[in-house]
Amino acid sequence: MIENILAPSVFATCLRLATPYLFAAIGEMFGQRSGVLNLGVEGIMLMGAFFAHYVVLSTGSLLLGVIGALIAGLVMGIAVAFVNVTLKAEQGISGIGVYLFGLGMSELLFKTLVGTPRSVSGFPPLHIPVLSDIQFLGIGQIFFQHNLLVYVAFALVPISAYVLRRTPLGLMIRAVGQNPEAADAMGISVTRVRYMTVIFGAMMAGLAGASLSIALLNVFQQNLTSGLGFIAIALVYFGRWRPFGVMLGALLFSFVNALQLQISAIGIDVPSEFAVMAPYVITIIALVFASKQTEKPTALTKPFDRGE
Amino acid sequence: MHSSNLRAFLDRLIDGLLPLLSLIAALAVASLLLIALNADVGQAYAALLEGAFGTQNAFAETLVKAIPVMFVAIGICVAFRANVINIGGEGQMIAGALAGTTATLALSGAPSLVIIVAALAAGFLAGALYGGLAGFLKAQFNVNEILSTIMLNQVAVQMMNFLLNGPLLDPSEQGLNHIPKTARIVAEAQLPRLVIGLPDGTLLFDRTRLHYGLLIAIVLAAVIYIILWRTPIGYRIRAVGYNERASRYAGISVGRQMVLSMFLAGGCAGLAGVVQVLGLQYRLQTDGSPAGFTANAGFNGIVAALFGGLNPFGAIPASILFGGLLVGAQNMQRDLGIPASLITTINGIVVVFVVSSQILVKWRGRRRAQQSTTRTEVPLDSPIVVEQQA
Repeated sequence: MIENILAPSVFATCLRLATPYLFAAIGEMFGQRSGVLNLGVEGIMLMGAFFAHYVVLSTGSLLLGVIGALIAGLVMGIAVAFVNVTLKAEQGISGIGVYLFGLGMSELLFKTLVGTPRSVSGFPPLHIPVLSDIQFLGIGQIFFQHNLLVYVAFALVPISAYVLRRTPLGLMIRAVGQNPEAADAMGISVTRVRYMTVIFGAMMAGLAGASLSIALLNVFQQNLTSGLGFIAIALVYFGRWRPFGVMLGALLFSFVNALQLQISAIGIDVPSEFAVMAPYVITIIALVFASKQTEKPTALTKPFDRGE
Repeated sequence: MHSSNLRAFLDRLIDGLLPLLSLIAALAVASLLLIALNADVGQAYAALLEGAFGTQNAFAETLVKAIPVMFVAIGICVAFRANVINIGGEGQMIAGALAGTTATLALSGAPSLVIIVAALAAGFLAGALYGGLAGFLKAQFNVNEILSTIMLNQVAVQMMNFLLNGPLLDPSEQGLNHIPKTARIVAEAQLPRLVIGLPDGTLLFDRTRLHYGLLIAIVLAAVIYIILWRTPIGYRIRAVGYNERASRYAGISVGRQMVLSMFLAGGCAGLAGVVQVLGLQYRLQTDGSPAGFTANAGFNGIVAALFGGLNPFGAIPASILFGGLLVGAQNMQRDLGIPASLITTINGIVVVFVVSSQILVKWRGRRRAQQSTTRTEVPLDSPIVVEQQA
């Protein structure tokens, strides 16, 4: 029984399902580290998912699909940055606007340009030579038989950690999020740094959408993400604004998702609603315990005003 | 002196008109979208208006669509006034609907008034506790309320799916491919249809689906208005929203106001859920998706509240406007084949424009402050206010 539930395929699925969380949450983390909460991730993911899918549907090129998702994210990111940084809008509310916009717009485009859900042939699994053949504990199957985007998403984690901690750019981002006045006095343009992180985050959200529509599910339909983007935002808090913490949270969520799929696949009768509910409850509890939140960027959600 | 009065009046007028300007700007963007969709813009808006307000039945449908949005929006006014960003309207609405429906089903056989009052009370209380939970987590553990309410929305959806597929499932719907819904509520529990008799004897809204929920919403708006602007409770809630630190120095328990504002906001959203059951659907039913029961009223309520200037009486016409957009869009989709999701897009743009335009208010406020150093503007943390508190 237990070996059925914890089969290697469950862990493999877990890693695969972590992809959209990772892209979206790591991207969002950069924005938050610089002091901007982008609550519109869900809407941007939907736009990215649609454009990736639509481009692949019409050109057959996965590369162009990824580029389409990145451009969708870029455009949305510029708008989000303009509203939150330049116009200093209340970030918690403007994000809901961005979400509703993306939700409506992606459905509008889908109904006009595509009509009914159609599947595409998305990213195929890449079997890494030699490593993917390891039988021991199913390691080959768990780690080395995934599509390209899975590897990219996990590679993003150490890279982000390195950039944040060890590069001048990372220092600038953290300074702007912790103490924008001091950063400004040092000659760092708070506005420019925040534009950069928000736009990068939005592009990653677009990519997160693409990882659903042209790699995991290979289909687009209205509200495809159904809350994934909001979870990604919570994961940033969950992971205490650190790339590896965020990854841990993403794996927790995707593991519960994978487990739930497996349990229903082998026909155990547990109300699936509780399995779906569990990660949300866990996140709330985690937020309670993270309440001191000493790592939280001090200037998060606070627009910067030079007092001119 | 005259000219400065006039300027103050004009300033206030412009501040008040900003939401309207935001809507016009959003409609301008929507027009561009319509052009991109190769649709005739004039025709599309004509179909939208006709579908929303063209006939008595259309207007009644608009009001029916607006009722849950109103309830949520009235509650959002309280939370946002306390600077607590309540995104949990969806979940609170579901909590209210679940509790209200359960109470109704348990009380079938009791007199009509008893069932309805008990159901409304149960709905309010369930929504209020669910909202209050997020307020408590914020006050006690510093948990960001935006995140907690979003999480609680998903928890509520799953709880509803579980209950409607199991314990609360309509007994006649057993079997594998059942629709997740409760049994139908008894006739005594249903809110009456609202028909208005005009002096000349004609009946307004006769044979439409408009129900008494509209009146309940108007009463609620009045109650919330009085609480916010005519009682110490409301004064404290608004003070915390206006300047948290100053309020703390003035001896106001900030945490308590946060919980209270979320309690009231959640209660209003809970009423939205139970009224939707008692007045319109006569049972709690969903399709399993997050918006399956709420039809996004929890989010649209935020749009309407902002559009109504965070004033309960502003929220009512604002909700009717957005209800009209939703109903009109279906007409537009039928007649011209333009997907109704255009309205969700417009709603999003309205929200973004309304919050973005706040910077204009701030700019002009700052300019005013610079211009009139002689005029006495009392900052909130001045001794005068503190004295009033004591």
